[in-house]
Amino acid sequence: MNPNPDFDRMACPLPLLDHDTVQLAHGAGGRLSAQLIEKLILPRFTSRELDRLEDQAVLDLPPGRIAFSTDTFVVDPIFFPGGDIGDLAVNGTVNDVAMSGAEVTALSVGFVLEEGFPLADFHRILCSMEAAAKTAGVRIVTGDTKVVGRGGCDKIFINTSGIGVIPGGIALSAASLQPGDAILVSGTLADHGMAIMSRREGLSFTADISSDTAALNGLVGDLLAACPGVRALRDPTRGGLATTLNEFAAASRVGILLEEEAIPVRPEVLGACEILGIDPLSVANEGKLVAVAPGDQADAALAALQAHPLGRDARIIGRVRAEHPGLVGMRTALGSERIVDMPVGEQLPRIC
Amino acid sequence: MKYLSEFRDPSLARSLLEQIARTVTRPWTIMEICGGQTHAIMRHGLDQLLPPEITLVHGPGCPVCVTPLETIDRALAIAARPEVIFTSFGDMLRVPGSSDDLFRVKSRGGDVRMVYSPLEAVKLARENPAHQVVFLAVGFETTAPGNAMAIKQAAAEGLANFSEITSHVLVPPAMEAILSSPQNRVQGFLAAGHVCAVMGTGQYVPIAEKHRVPIVPAGFEPVDILQAILQTVRMLESGEAGVVNAYGRVVRDAGNPAARAVMDEVFTVCDRKWRGIGTIPGSGLRIRDELAAFDAEKTFPVGDITTSESPDCISGLILQGLRKPHECPAFGASCTPLHPLGATMVSSEGACAAYFKYARRGTS
Amino acid sequence: MCLAIPGKVLSIEQENGLPMAVIDYAGARNRACLAYTPEAEIGSYVIVHAGFALQVLNEEEALASLTELTRLSALMEADAGRDDPERRS
Repeated sequence: MNPNPDFDRMACPLPLLDHDTVQLAHGAGGRLSAQLIEKLILPRFTSRELDRLEDQAVLDLPPGRIAFSTDTFVVDPIFFPGGDIGDLAVNGTVNDVAMSGAEVTALSVGFVLEEGFPLADFHRILCSMEAAAKTAGVRIVTGDTKVVGRGGCDKIFINTSGIGVIPGGIALSAASLQPGDAILVSGTLADHGMAIMSRREGLSFTADISSDTAALNGLVGDLLAACPGVRALRDPTRGGLATTLNEFAAASRVGILLEEEAIPVRPEVLGACEILGIDPLSVANEGKLVAVAPGDQADAALAALQAHPLGRDARIIGRVRAEHPGLVGMRTALGSERIVDMPVGEQLPRIC
Repeated sequence: MKYLSEFRDPSLARSLLEQIARTVTRPWTIMEICGGQTHAIMRHGLDQLLPPEITLVHGPGCPVCVTPLETIDRALAIAARPEVIFTSFGDMLRVPGSSDDLFRVKSRGGDVRMVYSPLEAVKLARENPAHQVVFLAVGFETTAPGNAMAIKQAAAEGLANFSEITSHVLVPPAMEAILSSPQNRVQGFLAAGHVCAVMGTGQYVPIAEKHRVPIVPAGFEPVDILQAILQTVRMLESGEAGVVNAYGRVVRDAGNPAARAVMDEVFTVCDRKWRGIGTIPGSGLRIRDELAAFDAEKTFPVGDITTSESPDCISGLILQGLRKPHECPAFGASCTPLHPLGATMVSSEGACAAYFKYARRGTS
Repeated sequence: MCLAIPGKVLSIEQENGLPMAVIDYAGARNRACLAYTPEAEIGSYVIVHAGFALQVLNEEEALASLTELTRLSALMEADAGRDDPERRS
């Protein structure tokens, strides 16, 4: 008997099952399927809709426009510093919905499991999703599980879709930027992408870098309450800040000018980027947002972000301008200006 | 970051720019050899900040850009073989051959893996005795010592399943070729600091004397590059030729003799074709005959390769500093990083890719 | 070519007959082979390219260079101040 039991683990113990790994029969709809759902999945996602075990979830939503988003998560490795694929699956979709200003209500979840995937790993991911959903204040109300033969997918793929209701008076859009608007980020950049990179085979670099995966709906709520004039919100995931800002500039047909020295990056993340020759502006984030606020509300927006635990390192990093529409420029520390381009494909380490 | 951030200090950079502006009295054309220096210049916008009298042209210091198409096609053919684990630095993964690239080979089932160091490829060979591990050894003199050590290590361990495809190029013959060209307009060079860390500075002295040019080994941070440009301009203004080291914290005149010794054990000098430029005699390194067992081009019989380059691509002229990327009609039009026509757009170190990323025409 | 940055040697151990070090860059760490920098010790700064240390950084030279640059920079700022009292430093 372990004299120092791990109480966190005991709160989420692996149920007794007939197998250690996913079998094809787990997806076939019979006894093993039922066992997987009832013993492993349902206990983690208790919600009144799920408990009814109907084919669909029926929701009573308050009046208002509905925001609806979907995303599929295929990250490898599935476990990384700061989180796992389950965290990403919940937080990622919560964030996508929340960026419309909506109050996020409910998620669906679809699993594709590879035959042979350890059930202990699946359980661990389910526990992460349970905790993430609880922190975000959202319910998982419907779902599906499929099993494919060995090689049919890479361990586990997760799709989540989410809905929320947008309160009246809020109409955020990437097409609404105006010259003079301020660009803000809620915290340090490139943490998630470099945390993943540090676990990739063949790269032999380590760092105390954790993924920043987090649900931002609370932060968004605080920001919009303090600063109702916010024009647009987006979470800079794949392709990083550079992609998001280029999308804003193109959608609104405006230019953007960033200040290099204002952009927050942790020293160890910068070190990792320097080793591999990667631009932090092109690296994915999973717990940060970019906000565009009218110039005269910039300080209020910044204060609202910084007052929230997930926005402590928020900064104003640039302005919207009329010149060079569609292009994102950056004033370097030396005073010159260069373009911040959309990255081409995956960020690869280089020796050149 | 220690010994890095200090050399990005804006106030030091500004004072160097000021000194350059005070020193220069007439137009000068200076070439920076190394793709990493091109990248740094564009990333920090140094070309915008220099006085207009100074024209920076970008040299052929991009080993990815100058790797011949035949070598890439051969690598792709080897990578597609079922028994091969093909390993490469990240830079080469996207480089297209005549009709394919390593990513596409991977998507069709080829075992293609990125490594950070050639020793990781040796480790894969050690751990996978049933597979042939092939490493794409591309680079200048900076990368050659590591690639040489990988072969030396594989030989010491008696590994029969490790080999390299080498595309190593040497800087001094390229410099000589540029300076000897009748169309040459380069008057001074920033030599590649990390190449010099290995090779030392002595090789450049005869070139500087023969062609009466300043050659200044330079680092990669803004302060390093500006300091080197200042040194070069001072020498140009006073008509001085020779080699003056502006990267003293890393470059020693003797270079790194231990690294050169292993390079000599494993490689020998050969003629090498530079993509876009042509064959430059004595400008490459190949694996010595006695180590042929580690030479993938000898151990894998790959049939005759016929290559086809785009007729619109002028990367050869760009690599020699005779044209700038935005002077190419295809730049930004039919040739972009997503659809590169040739070497200098495909590599992130290529001049065309750097221009496209940092300074699209019409913005600065 | 030649992406290589300075890092500090944290530890050294022999692996398959080669000296391998853990190198620190402001908190990020990777491994590099020290075969070409036998004089490197724990605490040395080395320039690392593609997993190999190519030179031990000459710290005296680095500091001397920075000191000189800083001195010149200050001189120029003082000059500028003298020439143009309105000019911002």
